[in-house]
Amino acid sequence: MERIEKSASYKMSASDINLKILAYAVVGIFTLICLIPFVVMTSSSFNLESDIIKNGYCLFPRKFSLLAYKVIFSAPDRLIGSYILTICNTLLGTTIGLFLISMTGYVLQRPDYAYRNAISFYIYFTTLFSGGLVPYYLLITRGLHLKDNYLVLLIPGLMNPWLIILMKNFMKSIPHEITESAKIDGAGDFTIFIKLILPLAKPALATVGLFLALGYWNEWFNGMLFLSTTMKYKPLQLYLYEIITKADMLRNTPASKYIPPQNLPTETAKLATAVIATGPIVLAYPFVQRYFIKGITIGAVKG
Amino acid sequence: MSSKSKSNAWKTFKQNKTLVIMSLPAIVFFFIFSYIPMPGIYIAFTDYRYDLGIFKSPFVGFENFRFLIESGDLLRLVRNTVLYNIAFILVGNIFQIFLALLLNEINNRTYRKITQSFMLLPHFISYVLVGLFVYNVMNYDYGLLNILLKKMGLNPIPTYSNPDIWPYVLIAVNLWKNAGYGSIIYFATLTSVDPEIIESAMIDGASHVQKIRYILLPLLRPTFVILLLFSLGGILRGDFGLFYNVVGATNALLYEKTDIIETFVFRSLVNDFNFSMASAVSFFQSVFGFFLVVFTNWLVKKIEPDYALF
Repeated sequence: MERIEKSASYKMSASDINLKILAYAVVGIFTLICLIPFVVMTSSSFNLESDIIKNGYCLFPRKFSLLAYKVIFSAPDRLIGSYILTICNTLLGTTIGLFLISMTGYVLQRPDYAYRNAISFYIYFTTLFSGGLVPYYLLITRGLHLKDNYLVLLIPGLMNPWLIILMKNFMKSIPHEITESAKIDGAGDFTIFIKLILPLAKPALATVGLFLALGYWNEWFNGMLFLSTTMKYKPLQLYLYEIITKADMLRNTPASKYIPPQNLPTETAKLATAVIATGPIVLAYPFVQRYFIKGITIGAVKG
Repeated sequence: MSSKSKSNAWKTFKQNKTLVIMSLPAIVFFFIFSYIPMPGIYIAFTDYRYDLGIFKSPFVGFENFRFLIESGDLLRLVRNTVLYNIAFILVGNIFQIFLALLLNEINNRTYRKITQSFMLLPHFISYVLVGLFVYNVMNYDYGLLNILLKKMGLNPIPTYSNPDIWPYVLIAVNLWKNAGYGSIIYFATLTSVDPEIIESAMIDGASHVQKIRYILLPLLRPTFVILLLFSLGGILRGDFGLFYNVVGATNALLYEKTDIIETFVFRSLVNDFNFSMASAVSFFQSVFGFFLVVFTNWLVKKIEPDYALF
């Protein structure tokens, strides 16, 4: 693309220049709109609560205060437990899910696999028709007895049809000759998959792994449906949800004993919790987003 | 079946044995989590009782549907779900194409990469956090919106009790969260354009606006049509996370404008324990949704056969 722009730029008319200015401006403004909520959240969490109540949220801390963080960390065991739970769930889910999805994706694109179309349809059909929320709820609670069991955060998210289709499309770009020649040398299908295909599929694994990790990190729905409110540790996003919606959660912290209730930093504590729950994603983001862009492009163009 | 074809089938199976074993986890997984719940849709035709279970609960025929139609619930839910989806699809796609075209005009690679990366950030966060962001803006006492109104000397708006403003909020939030993501797809299509086509047009004296109008927009058309059609297939499916976190779980004041199929089903199940009513709405959604996808796929096949799903 760069090449064209350069060769064409020697005759830019006034309207062309206006278009360029518009492009830079609109894209820049929209980028800022995407970023500002994160900045406001972080700045306001370091701001004095009373100032927020009076003057609203801020782009830069007006009156710096660490009170919100002090209150949160005065009784950190729930937060830390939820953090550990979420990290373990994300690591386990991403590893197991990635293994299962890549194995399925590889098998389903093997041209010599007799049942590949039948099984592809079997998986694809689940996106067309579903029993809905009630049978799913009954399956988890009465069939599998996973209520109040942390496995409910892990198992249902291991595979989904879209990621399998995405993986299958990736795997198609690995030449089938590799499999064929390995078979002639006497290697078994599973060995071929582990030893030859997986190393070649690293970009695909990175992309699908990112989707999986994101899903697990952001998980709150199964937790909300299937974990009792009395359970101490929750997935991080659900913990955040409870902090946001239940204002009285702070009243039970040790810090509340020496802070009068009207001075408890309820609003800034919500923001501080959000900062802590989102931090890892924002920090990891610059390193992983290129895989994300790659994944969307391939998944979308090939369908 | 003759014994010969039987032995052939057995031979095929044996040849594929390892591959079958390797696909077994997926088969079992989808059997448990997708296929076993499917017959449960029958609850829609029963007066479900938890103690009796699905198939022993009294059969009531279309009674649940009759109630949903007569109470006006079904109409409201379908109307809201469909209208929101249409708004999301149209506003979203048009803005995404607009963004992609503008990104394509940006020659400075670093600027483009950085802006594109940051635009994607909203897609990475959970709807719980999005809900908090919206609350920061919409909060009656010290949200951004009312603070601004007060500073301008105007009266604050009763945000969480006024249903009329929420369609705009929801459309804006949906746009904010998905625009960067969607624009990548269109931008990828743009970068796959043969550079020589554009180069020769530019040498012939075409302006950048003409380039967009006569070369790039027509090139995006198939992608647009395909994405549009496929989103049409999902028009009865709402984004539960968005509505639940942004609007609030049980704010009955706003139901008229913000209640969609997913939120109703969830509420019926979790708050009212009305499994039958939740199932009846799900049944409607699943069955009509199924026909919609099959229909749109048929349409796609007619327009762009390469893109058809099945």
